[in-house]
Amino acid sequence: MEFYRAHVLVCGGTGCTSSNSEKIRQEFIAQLNKNKLDKEVQIVVTGCFGLCAQGPIVIVYPEGAMYTMVRLEDVQEIVEEHLIKGRLVKRLMAGDKDHEDPSKSLENVDFFKRQVRIALRNCGVINPENIDEYIAYDGYKALAKALTEMKPEDVIAEIKKSGLRGRGGAGFPTGLKWELTSKAKGSQKYIACNADEGDPGAFMDRSILEGDPHSVIEAMIIAGYAVGADQGYIYVRAEYPIAVNRLEIAIAQAKEYGLLGKNIFGTDFSFELELRLGAGAFVCGEETALITSIEGHRGEPKPKPPFPAVSGIWQKPTLLNNVETYANIPVILNKGADWFTTIGTEKSKGTKVFAVGGKINNTGLVEIPIGTSLREVIYDIGGGIPNGKKFKAAQTGGPSGGCIPASHIDTPIDFETLRELGSMMGSGGLIVMDEDNCMVDIAKFFLEFTVDESCGKCPPCRIGTKRMLEILERITGGKGEMEDIEKLEILSKNIISSALCGLGQSAPQPVLSTLRYFRDEYIAHVKDKKCPAGVCKSMMSYVIAADHCKSCGICARNCPVNAISGDKKVPYVIDQEKCIKCGVCMTKCPFKAIFKNA
Amino acid sequence: MKSLAELEAIRKNTLDQIKMRQSKDGIRVVVGMATCGIAAGARPVMNAFVEELGKRKLADVSVTMTGCIGVCRLEPIVEVFNADGSKVTYVKMDPDKAARVVAEHIVNGRVCQDLTIGAAEAADK
Repeated sequence: MEFYRAHVLVCGGTGCTSSNSEKIRQEFIAQLNKNKLDKEVQIVVTGCFGLCAQGPIVIVYPEGAMYTMVRLEDVQEIVEEHLIKGRLVKRLMAGDKDHEDPSKSLENVDFFKRQVRIALRNCGVINPENIDEYIAYDGYKALAKALTEMKPEDVIAEIKKSGLRGRGGAGFPTGLKWELTSKAKGSQKYIACNADEGDPGAFMDRSILEGDPHSVIEAMIIAGYAVGADQGYIYVRAEYPIAVNRLEIAIAQAKEYGLLGKNIFGTDFSFELELRLGAGAFVCGEETALITSIEGHRGEPKPKPPFPAVSGIWQKPTLLNNVETYANIPVILNKGADWFTTIGTEKSKGTKVFAVGGKINNTGLVEIPIGTSLREVIYDIGGGIPNGKKFKAAQTGGPSGGCIPASHIDTPIDFETLRELGSMMGSGGLIVMDEDNCMVDIAKFFLEFTVDESCGKCPPCRIGTKRMLEILERITGGKGEMEDIEKLEILSKNIISSALCGLGQSAPQPVLSTLRYFRDEYIAHVKDKKCPAGVCKSMMSYVIAADHCKSCGICARNCPVNAISGDKKVPYVIDQEKCIKCGVCMTKCPFKAIFKNA
Repeated sequence: MKSLAELEAIRKNTLDQIKMRQSKDGIRVVVGMATCGIAAGARPVMNAFVEELGKRKLADVSVTMTGCIGVCRLEPIVEVFNADGSKVTYVKMDPDKAARVVAEHIVNGRVCQDLTIGAAEAADK
């Protein structure tokens, strides 16, 4: 056995990889070789730790010291100070910056303290490319238990009892879905995994696949046993190259160990698993479109019923669950449904992973018990809003969801409460907005996305969302009329009742939800031709306050379109016709003499 | 994978290798590795600890380094922290003594009294 005295864990998730963690890993190897420590210290690449805003992240065990925002030139210091002399490099450590002694171990960081990590249990803990490490943390134990000790109906009963609900967004009871598929008639059945994560700002599924691919594979094999399927497909977007690569490695390792293939654990149960890469169409996250795409056709939805449980891939009964849903399965079987039901709320058990982004200090991935309040997520875990700004609203559910205004910040987050508020749990994107965000502009952003991504099969979505976008462009362009607001509401109602698939039916939600809570902002845009947040460019202007202007000319020199003129001892003036409202002059003015006039 | 036993064997074996990432309460061996310690031969001592612990598969024992403790004349110094937080300071270590500490102190819980700082101080008088 190789015995190392220290393990250096380098995050290999997409977030940290894009901030150079791969080069940092190589630098560690080089530095360790240089100091002849390569036999004593092991470098391990792991999945996402969740604190993406602080990346790249390096954790050194046995101390459990977490180094954040590590740069290439810091590596030498970590090796020389920490690994050779045993002194922690405090300036790079996470935690409370004001505190004398930075928290040593990551369990002490506020960001991690309040989380309950079930789906993310192994992310940032194990090397995702090493099946042995997954097995060491009870991996494939649930599969062994299911195959050797439980009947398929026992497995389904346990999942039903756990109260687990689909984590892809709609929250359909997972156990019931398994039962329906198992009871569906047909000798050939399929298991599928929806890893076509497409909501803007969401990256929960990607992080699970990158950090713990075996948990999804194990759960799919268990699902195959439970419903009587011998073939599975993981439909993952090609834009997730790291996730695809780790899945390929994981599938190959599972095959080598005989965990995929024939007669698993010596039983007569056999299961094969294949990847299917999506080309990045948002609509392919919709289950019928995903199935059509797996079959090799253009990804377009079909009317339901029949549901996939009855007629899915190649018209055979198909069990389709989301990545995060699967990641919960092995833990439920290992620890029992009774344990699982102690977490969460009465109707929504367990945890939910959120990708928190927008105006928040700790951008990253958090897993919280369902029922945690938005306030805890934003202020306790998320570290609050940057620059002391005021919280305005949080957007959940992406282009299918809506926003939760500041007045509801203490609402416990679960499937029902979010729906009552006019939003939805969604797959787990959570975008935080502060007082500087214009809600009409946000609604426009999501509609632009839907218009772009509409597959075009049904007119309500193809034409209706386009018309809605045009109205929003009119409103934000200062040309809106009061009837436009009514038109938006009528169009929304019609699209919801007539669109073919779930994506079309939910596309108007961002507009309806902002209208519900921020109608006054719409009215301000239409009636007063003003954008209260000062975002919509047509309704704001930059002006130079003559009495503050010292005629230094810095603004004029920096203006990219030469819209500012003036002379010595004469206050400078912005030509509003030429101005493109980029705001450079305001940031450059040393006397703070330039104001945004909203 | 044909049996549960096979799975369990992999689990146990790998867990030993990665245990340090979770165990917070095992014994800690801290080797003084400042200039004085290294000059006095602390590196072979530390290597001996790592090797010996590896041989005995004592994965919940961690080996770390520290700076100069201050009594440079007694280097190489090794401190063994027990799970309860109490510690024993061994001085003038060498690889053979390291193997003895692993066998007697860490495995059997018997402190090697003759190697401790107390013994060295007494001998000086």
